[in-house]
Amino acid sequence: MTMFRNKWTYLGLVIIILFILCAILAPWIAPEDPYKINLVQELAPPGEGHIMGRDINGSDILSRLIYGARISITIGLVVVLISSFVGILLGLISGYYGGWIDLLLMRLVDILLAFPGLLLAIALVAVLGPSITNVVIALTALGWVSFARLVRGQVISVKEREYVLAAKTSGQSDIRVMVLHILPNIVSTVIVQATFNIAGVIISESSLSFLGLGAPPGTPSWGAMLSEGKQVILDAPHVSFFPGLAILLVVLAFNFVGDGLRDKFDPKTGRE
Amino acid sequence: MLGDYALPGDKQELRENLGLDRPILVQYGDYLTGIVQGDLGISIHSKRAVTEEIWERIPASAELMMGAMVVALLIAFPFGILSALKPYGILDSTSMLVSFLGVAMPNFWLGPLLIILFSIQLDWLPINERGGLEHLILPSITLGTAMAAMLSRMIRSSLLEVLGEDYVLNARAKGLPERQVILKHALRNALIPVITVIGLQIGVLLSGAIITEAIFDWPGMGSLLLDGIYNRNYPLVQGCILTIASIYVIVNLITDITYAWVDPRVRLS
Amino acid sequence: MMHSQETKPILEVNDLCVVFKTEAGRATILDKVSFKLQKNKTLGIVGESGSGKTITALSVLNLIPSPPLDSMSGEIRFQGENLLTFTKSQLRKVRGNRIAYIFQEPMTALNPVLTIGDQIVEMIRAHNSISKKEARDKAVHLLTEVGITSPIQRLKNYPHEISGGMRQRAMIAIALSCDPDILIADEPTTALDVTIQAQVLDLFKYLIESRGMSIIFVTHDLGVIAEIADDILVLQAGKTIEYDSIDKVFHDPQHPYTQKLLSLIKGGVA
Repeated sequence: MTMFRNKWTYLGLVIIILFILCAILAPWIAPEDPYKINLVQELAPPGEGHIMGRDINGSDILSRLIYGARISITIGLVVVLISSFVGILLGLISGYYGGWIDLLLMRLVDILLAFPGLLLAIALVAVLGPSITNVVIALTALGWVSFARLVRGQVISVKEREYVLAAKTSGQSDIRVMVLHILPNIVSTVIVQATFNIAGVIISESSLSFLGLGAPPGTPSWGAMLSEGKQVILDAPHVSFFPGLAILLVVLAFNFVGDGLRDKFDPKTGRE
Repeated sequence: MLGDYALPGDKQELRENLGLDRPILVQYGDYLTGIVQGDLGISIHSKRAVTEEIWERIPASAELMMGAMVVALLIAFPFGILSALKPYGILDSTSMLVSFLGVAMPNFWLGPLLIILFSIQLDWLPINERGGLEHLILPSITLGTAMAAMLSRMIRSSLLEVLGEDYVLNARAKGLPERQVILKHALRNALIPVITVIGLQIGVLLSGAIITEAIFDWPGMGSLLLDGIYNRNYPLVQGCILTIASIYVIVNLITDITYAWVDPRVRLS
Repeated sequence: MMHSQETKPILEVNDLCVVFKTEAGRATILDKVSFKLQKNKTLGIVGESGSGKTITALSVLNLIPSPPLDSMSGEIRFQGENLLTFTKSQLRKVRGNRIAYIFQEPMTALNPVLTIGDQIVEMIRAHNSISKKEARDKAVHLLTEVGITSPIQRLKNYPHEISGGMRQRAMIAIALSCDPDILIADEPTTALDVTIQAQVLDLFKYLIESRGMSIIFVTHDLGVIAEIADDILVLQAGKTIEYDSIDKVFHDPQHPYTQKLLSLIKGGVA
C-alpha cells in the first residue's frame, strides 16, 4: 500500500529530508567554514577543492549553501509555526462564534489578501528596518491570514455536524468542543496549507534578502548570495547559479509534498 | 541623515524644517491633505517633490509591465488554447510540466540565468538598464514568465470546461463552421474568467517588478522604492508605496468594470 | 410491423450501433437500433434515462463528442445517402439546414453572452448568403411564428433575460430558421411547467401542419407521445423494445416493459 499516489511526492520528500539534514548537520558536512575569507581564490569557478566555486570573498559556495539551508529552514519553520498558531486560533474563534468578531476578522483578512504579499512584506520591512528578525516579523504578520481563513471555513462546515452538536448539547464547554471535536477534523487541511506556506516563506525570505531587506550581506542566506551573485555576474556566473537552484528545488519539493498530502487527505479518495 | 557627526543645533534645525517638531496628528493631517492635492512631500535627500520623483519613474515601470504582459499573453494564449483543444496530448503534458516550473522558479534566479545565457554566453542582448527594445526583452521575460505559466493553465481549464457545454454542441448542431464555434462561442465565454485573473495578476506583476528592476538596474518605481528604503528616505518610501497601492486598486476597479461589460449576466438591469 | 410502406421514408436508420470508450473498456450504448421517419409524420422515441434515446437523436447528425465516442456503425439514410459516411463539411451543410436539433435545456443550449437575435442570425447566415438586415427580418418572422410577443425587442435580449417558455420557443425558432426537412427535438417540454408544456406541444402540432415538417420527438413522457406522435420507438438499455404505430403500441403492447410504461400513464389513452 503506497503512501502517496504521485511519485513526484517522494522526490519532494527526499529533497526536503536532504535539506533538513544539511541544516542540522551543517557544521559537520560543510567542507569549509562559510565565512572563511580566501582572497587568493576569490570568484574561483567550480573545480578542485570547491565543487561549486567560490564567491567574492573566496568562501566556498557549497559550504555557504549548506549553511544557508539552516537560515531558510529556520525562518520557514518559525514563521509557519507562529503564524499557523495565530491563524488557527483566530480562525477557530471567528468560525465558531461568528457575529461581529467574524465580520471584523474577515474584513481584515480581505484587506490583507487584497494586496500582493511581497508588496506588503516590503512595506512592513521598510517601516521596521531591514534585518532578518524584521523579515520574520513581517512574514508572520502576513502569514496568519491564509491559516485563519482556511480554518474558519473548515470550522463553519464542521460545526454543524452531529458529533459537534452532540458535544455541545451534552454541556461541554466551548473550548473543549473546539479542541477535542473540531480541531482533529481540520488538522489535515492545516498541514497541507502549512506545507505550501513553508515554500512561500522560503521564497519570500529569499526575495527580501535578495533585495537587501533581510539577511545582511555576508550572511550565507540563499537570497543574499543571489544578490552578491548579481554584482559579479559578468565574471562569475556560478555564484548566482547554485543558490538559485537550491531555492527552486526546495520550493518545488514542498509544493510536491503539499500536493501529495492534499491528494491523500482528499475525502473523495481516502479518509478525511 | 545628517551623518553621525551632526551637532545638536543642526539636528534641531533639520527637525524644524521637516516639521517633525509639530504634534503627530497635525503632521498626519497635513500629509493627508497633501495627498489629496497630489503632494506627497519632499524627498529627504534630493529635496525634490516626491511626486516629481515618482512621476519620472513611471514610464520605465509602465514599459516593463507592458513588456511582461505581452510576453505572458503571447505564450499563454497559444499554449492554453492548443492544450484545451487536444487535452492530455503531448503539447498539453509538456505545457503542464513547463508551467509548473515557471510558477515555482524564483524570478531572481531566472533573471540572472537569462543574463548568463543570452548576454554573456551568446552575447545577443545587453545586460541591463533601460534603452532600446533589446534592453526590454530579458526583463520582460523574467517578469512575465510566472504569469505566462499560470495564465496558460487557466486558459486551458476554462476553455476545456466551456468546450463541454451544451451551447458549444448546439453551435455545431446548427452547422456553424468549426472556426466560428471555437472563436465566437467557446473562446468568448472561456475568456470571461480569464480577464479577472489577468487583472488580479497585474498586482503580482507590480511586486515582481520590484525584484526585476533590482536584477536589471531598471530605473522604475521599484528601484526608487528600494533606494528610499536603503536611505531611510521615509517620504519617498511612503509615496512609492501609496502610489503602487493606488495603481493596484485602480487596476482592480477597471477589471471589475471590464468583467461586467463582457459578461451580460453580471450587468445590473 | 410498419403500417404503410408506400411512401419512401425521409429518414431511415438501419442497425445503428454506437460504442463508447469508458474506464472499464468499450461499452455498447446503442445496439442495432432501426427505425424509419415518414414525411410529415412524428416519430416518438421513448425510454427511461440511460435508455439511449438522446444518443440516438445525436447520432443522426453525428454530434456525439469524441471522447467518449469510440465508433458508430450502421446506416443513417437521408436523401439517398448515408450520413455516417459524410465528411465534416458535408455534415455541416446538413446540420441546421436540412435536419435541425433542439436541445433539452434552453438555458444551457443558448450561449449566455450572445443575444437571441445574434444566435438566430448567425444560424441563418451560416447556410444562406443574405444580408444581416434580411436575416434579422427573417428572425422577427420566426419569433412571431413560434408565438413570441414583441419579437423586435426579444432580438436584443440575452437568454437569461427572458422566461423559460420563451427560451424554448426561441430555440424552436432557431431550429426552424433554415427551413429544415426534419426537426429532432430532445425532451423539449420536460424542463417546462405543465401549462407551458401544453402550449409548446400545440406549437409543434401547428408547425407539423403549417410547414409539413417531419419530427423526431425524444421524451420519457408517454403522455406527451400520446398527444403528438404517429409512430413510436421504445428503447431500453440501447436496444429496441417496441417499434410500431402509436395505435398498435398503445392498444397491443408486445413487451412487458412497454406495458409497464403504459400503466404509468394515468387514465390510459383514448
